[in-house]
Amino acid sequence: MSESTTYTGFWQESPRPGILGWLLSTDHKRIGIMYLACIVTMFIVGACLGLALRLELIAPGRTIMDAQTYNATFTVHGIIMIFLFIIPSVPAAFGNLVLPIQIGARDVSFPKINLLSWYCYVSGAILAVFAIFSGGGAPDTGWTFYVPFSTQTTTNVNLAGLAAFMLGFSSILTGINFVTTIHRLRAEGMTWGRLPLFVWTLYATAWIQVLATPMIGITLVLVILERTFGAGLFDAARGGDPILFQHLFWIYSHPAVYIMILPGMGVISEVIPTFARKPLFGYWAMALSSLAIAFAGSLVWAHHMYTSGMSDFAILVFSFLTFIVAIPSAIKIFNWVSTLYKGSIQLAPPMLYALSFIFNFAIGGLGGLALGAAAADIHLHDTTFVVGHFHYTMFGGLGFAFFAALHYWLPKFTGRMYQHKPAVIAWAIVFVGFNITYMAMQAVGIQGMPRRYYDYVPEFTTLNQVATFGSWILAAGLLMMFVNLWLGCRAGDPVGKNPWGAATLEWEVPSPPPLENFGEEDPVVTRGPYEFKGVVADEY
Amino acid sequence: MSIEHRDDTGARFGMWLFLYTEVILFSGLFILYAVALSKFPAQYSEASHKLNIYFGSINTVVLLTSSLTIALALSAIQMNRIRQCLNLCWVTVALAIVFLINKYFEWSAEISHGIYPGSPELAEMGAGVASFFNLYYFTAGLHGLHVLIGATLISIVAIMTAKGKVTSDRFTLLENSALYWHLVDLVWIFLFPLYYLIL
Repeated sequence: MSESTTYTGFWQESPRPGILGWLLSTDHKRIGIMYLACIVTMFIVGACLGLALRLELIAPGRTIMDAQTYNATFTVHGIIMIFLFIIPSVPAAFGNLVLPIQIGARDVSFPKINLLSWYCYVSGAILAVFAIFSGGGAPDTGWTFYVPFSTQTTTNVNLAGLAAFMLGFSSILTGINFVTTIHRLRAEGMTWGRLPLFVWTLYATAWIQVLATPMIGITLVLVILERTFGAGLFDAARGGDPILFQHLFWIYSHPAVYIMILPGMGVISEVIPTFARKPLFGYWAMALSSLAIAFAGSLVWAHHMYTSGMSDFAILVFSFLTFIVAIPSAIKIFNWVSTLYKGSIQLAPPMLYALSFIFNFAIGGLGGLALGAAAADIHLHDTTFVVGHFHYTMFGGLGFAFFAALHYWLPKFTGRMYQHKPAVIAWAIVFVGFNITYMAMQAVGIQGMPRRYYDYVPEFTTLNQVATFGSWILAAGLLMMFVNLWLGCRAGDPVGKNPWGAATLEWEVPSPPPLENFGEEDPVVTRGPYEFKGVVADEY
Repeated sequence: MSIEHRDDTGARFGMWLFLYTEVILFSGLFILYAVALSKFPAQYSEASHKLNIYFGSINTVVLLTSSLTIALALSAIQMNRIRQCLNLCWVTVALAIVFLINKYFEWSAEISHGIYPGSPELAEMGAGVASFFNLYYFTAGLHGLHVLIGATLISIVAIMTAKGKVTSDRFTLLENSALYWHLVDLVWIFLFPLYYLIL
């Protein structure tokens, strides 16, 4: 494509002009871009709250906020990051953008429901913001809404619960859409064995979204009913059971962590073969391990509850099942590393994020085994080790995969390439800052610092300061990364169809793709997703 | 979308997935029921006898009949009998309304006896009885909400049928609404014995 091109693909083509062309669009790419805009905004808000939390913990005692504000801040940080950023991040934004093109479809199966799902997301987001500023103040229960506190606190738990319910509904609709799309709309020749791994992981994710999300819906509704009518279903004095809340909550929320991480693994499985210029090692093992993670991950919820008062036998069973999840996760890590072996590795920005994903996720995953072992968990439960652990998997894992996806696919959808040098520098700062922050958090957690505490004994000061210091480095890196990406999207050099030399279908359509992705003719697929023979990267 | 894309199998597939999420939604309440029943078997039996079995039985008959009428409506449209299909749809909606009216009287009677979530009378009857009625109200309430949604859905589809947007070779919308209605019926088939009959 020549330099002077004015081609702008789906950004220009729309049945309706102006803003309505976006708000009423059923084009999966426009919906994906709208998701992306909301999700990045929410990430920035959540990150600022996280920075405020770290700043408060720079010294014992009160620093910048009082204890109640601190409680509300970590709650809102959690709700925003979990429900508004991580869960929809890769599936809703990049799933919508990429999935239909990757399987050779012109859109998802239910384009209108896709738009409805975005509106559910937006109304959930608005309700969540409302919950902060109205009623009895921002919720202070932690994102887990544990009873009995969540049924007794005077803060705005009802609205926050309703927000999470709406977001769950959005997630379910996206899940139904993706499962149906993958079953029904694959192009001719796009067999199950030729699906890109990103599609496989979205498929597994979508099943969990469909199977598990209603459980959180009903649980949150029960909490709201309990607060409104005083029902007592979770109140032991009135025939209820508070532990049951925890079971119902984690029956969703543990599978939900695989909703969060699986699509990230999919992104990594796309990026690594492309930049190692080798077919993905162990295609079927990778595809099936996604389903295995989805399945086994649904059976381990009670490992969040070792200290809640379960029978020892139940703890034993759940501990064992938790270790089983490590097997498919390890299969993935080993296969990525095997793909790299003797590859022609090109350290482009998406690849750097992908490689650091493997590093971070390995640390987070091994920490997960420490927590999954009942004996170690008794010591580590509710310490900042847990906080460090899930930030390693969620931020170091999914977050980095999200950044990899941004660097990998944004040029496709904006038609412009960002500057590589600042991107690499930003990556290095993010990677270093991230590890300083959360490694310090894990270390101070092993020493015994409880999570969600506003104050701490002086012994923990040094490590807390290291973590806070790291959070500033991290924030600086993120800022640089976003600015660089933004500038790249606005004014970067135009790119051709295939800047990376990748072999999946989305790189065979123009950048940015036109409305309905493919021209007059439906695509016919004749080779696998990682067969690089004859695929050449465009100059840009 | 500018191009006409139609995939009836896909639409049905999506609907089945959605119905599955509904099953999970209700299953949370059934789990609570199972746990509470094993904790308070005697009090659950005592509380169950306070329910009026006539209301429950009539509503069961009403819902089963409505399931039949919507299934017949689906057959009618497949045979291109639009008039008959419309009548059957409206009968289904009418039966749904009968169900809700019946429920209104049932609940009014119970509430007038001081039996409702959070009431002082209920608190005096003991934890097991209170738990039974809390679950009864929430499960039946959620089910009632689904009756309302299903009836609305069927009304919309009936109007679309009258306008010729749902036809003998384009009836997936009616089929999916009927599927939803059968689910509403199915949930009641489990609710009714658990709360009214077996204890």
